[in-house]
Amino acid sequence: MTAPMELVCPAGTPAALTAAIDAGADAVYFGFRDRTNARNFPGLNFSEKELGDAIQTCKARGARPMIAINTYPDAGDDSLWRRNVDICAEAGAGAVILCDMGLAGYAAKRHPDLRLHLSVQASASNAPAVRFYRDAFNIRRVVLPRVLTVEQIAALIAAVPDVETEVFVFGGLCVMAEGRCSMSSYATGVSPNKDGACSPASHVRYEEQGEIMISRLGHFTVNRFGAGEQAGYPTPCKGRYQVQGREMHLFEDPCSLDATPLLPDFARAGVTALKVEGRQRGKAYVAQVVKTLKAAIHGQATDPSAARPFMEGGGGTTGVYVGTWH
Amino acid sequence: MTDPAARPTPRLTLGPLLYHWPAAKRRAFYQAIADHGPYQEVVLGETVCSKREAPVAEAMAEAEVRLKAAGRAVVRPTIGLAVAEEEVAALEAVARTANAGALIEANDVGALALLSGQPHHIGPMVNVYNEGTLTALAERGATCVTLPWELPRDSVLALARRARDLGIDCGVTVFGRAPLAISARCYHARAHGLTKATCRLICDQDPEGLPVDTLDGDAFMVVNGLQTQADAVTLMVREIPEMVEAGVTALRVSPLDVDMVAVGQAYADLLAGRIDDLAAEDRLLDLLEDRPVANGFYHAAPGADWVAAE
Repeated sequence: MTAPMELVCPAGTPAALTAAIDAGADAVYFGFRDRTNARNFPGLNFSEKELGDAIQTCKARGARPMIAINTYPDAGDDSLWRRNVDICAEAGAGAVILCDMGLAGYAAKRHPDLRLHLSVQASASNAPAVRFYRDAFNIRRVVLPRVLTVEQIAALIAAVPDVETEVFVFGGLCVMAEGRCSMSSYATGVSPNKDGACSPASHVRYEEQGEIMISRLGHFTVNRFGAGEQAGYPTPCKGRYQVQGREMHLFEDPCSLDATPLLPDFARAGVTALKVEGRQRGKAYVAQVVKTLKAAIHGQATDPSAARPFMEGGGGTTGVYVGTWH
Repeated sequence: MTDPAARPTPRLTLGPLLYHWPAAKRRAFYQAIADHGPYQEVVLGETVCSKREAPVAEAMAEAEVRLKAAGRAVVRPTIGLAVAEEEVAALEAVARTANAGALIEANDVGALALLSGQPHHIGPMVNVYNEGTLTALAERGATCVTLPWELPRDSVLALARRARDLGIDCGVTVFGRAPLAISARCYHARAHGLTKATCRLICDQDPEGLPVDTLDGDAFMVVNGLQTQADAVTLMVREIPEMVEAGVTALRVSPLDVDMVAVGQAYADLLAGRIDDLAAEDRLLDLLEDRPVANGFYHAAPGADWVAAE
């Protein structure tokens, strides 16, 4: 019998990290409080001291600490990114999750014993891409973009069986190829790839016009909500637009990924690990979602309604993993 | 202004056609480029959606013959996002033609599994943000890297300098609608109530993409098959001298449904010193008619912004 799939859980704060471990996380991923982190939002993430402590907490309690250094370093000065890789190597991180080829090359050369995982931000979407990262930078695991169907995941694993795969099962759904989207920097000048923040709060405005609530990102209106409608966050791919004279959620209806029904399919495909999105979420989210998924992985019946309050727009989708989404 | 003799004049590259134009329109377009266009290099092939290739394969093959006969270097790009089995197979097939001497531009990292160790180009859809990545690619055979659209000035100049030190070419796109995202899902189809599987190549109805306006009616983006683009057209002219001084050796122009021969000629005249940057910019603005322009990415502002000269 093969080992059960590893559950990799998000932590945006030390409290969320403890909640994830308490709820049964096999691994926890987190990052520095700076631009090396693709969830670089105010009030989140770990100082150097907190990060070192968190790594030790994980190790003491049997959870694998994985550190996301998953933005693209600046030309001219990548010292912050390199320094963070060095800190992780010295603190004994279970893995560093990165996306940039230059940084991966540095980490592989400088710290040959440090386990490297390829972040979803690298958007390695096919077997030859995974093979390239394995051969060039000794990448041991790839976090797959949310653009592949279950069948495509199975085929990729069969084609590159010596690289582990990790797939997202729950949380916010990026509908674009990750790490290849500059919609937010087009509107704000702040780049998700370079600065680690999509739709930064500093560029978000809500304006009330009578009963109507308008949400803006930079100069652009991203959505408009009527009385009684829940005003969502103005992420450009989740917005409502006019297309051919019709108002629509062109890119995605407001909903979150919930691939719990597909866990047996992922196991059959040979997936190594399951990932929960949500480093920007609180410890209540982390605790509930981790507990529910952990039970599901071990084949125990779960109450799917338990996690529903944590979904955007209150609904879950199996997303792209079933081919009809395309 | 620096001494124009100090650096070789950069070559003009016509980027890949990003839209799904019908075969007849493509024939006429590339015929004009072969006959009159000032472009030394043409990137010819599909980068957005592989479903578009079959119906225009003959027209594109003819274009390649014409362009080569006219003395243009032809570079074959790979698709930007290969996910489905047939897309991955097509990606590998294109990359394998490098063995027979074709010059390939990688736009999906998967192509590098096959291209590493052979001379090849890197397209603007590959994330090259810093010198470490540029060096890693050059070590594996990249001879020209066209930088991503969203890079700010400091990054562009630093990367151009490193490319010069590495002895490879460095390209920057100075004209065209910036791709902002690519997805496995087709939003062009979705806007018509269709899916990628049932799309009937409906993207051929929009020669410059389908406008996506805000609810206030402001132009924001356009959808082009699997790709989402900026509404505003990236236009860089006065930025060129410092780029060239740093080591940019190829200026790329991305096709729109305007007179692309005249667009190329404006840049060629600028590079040859026949007109100054103000005259070149005026000529390009005229050719763009009422399309809004932007240069914000380069100037570290929102990409949609136009940062006026000081």
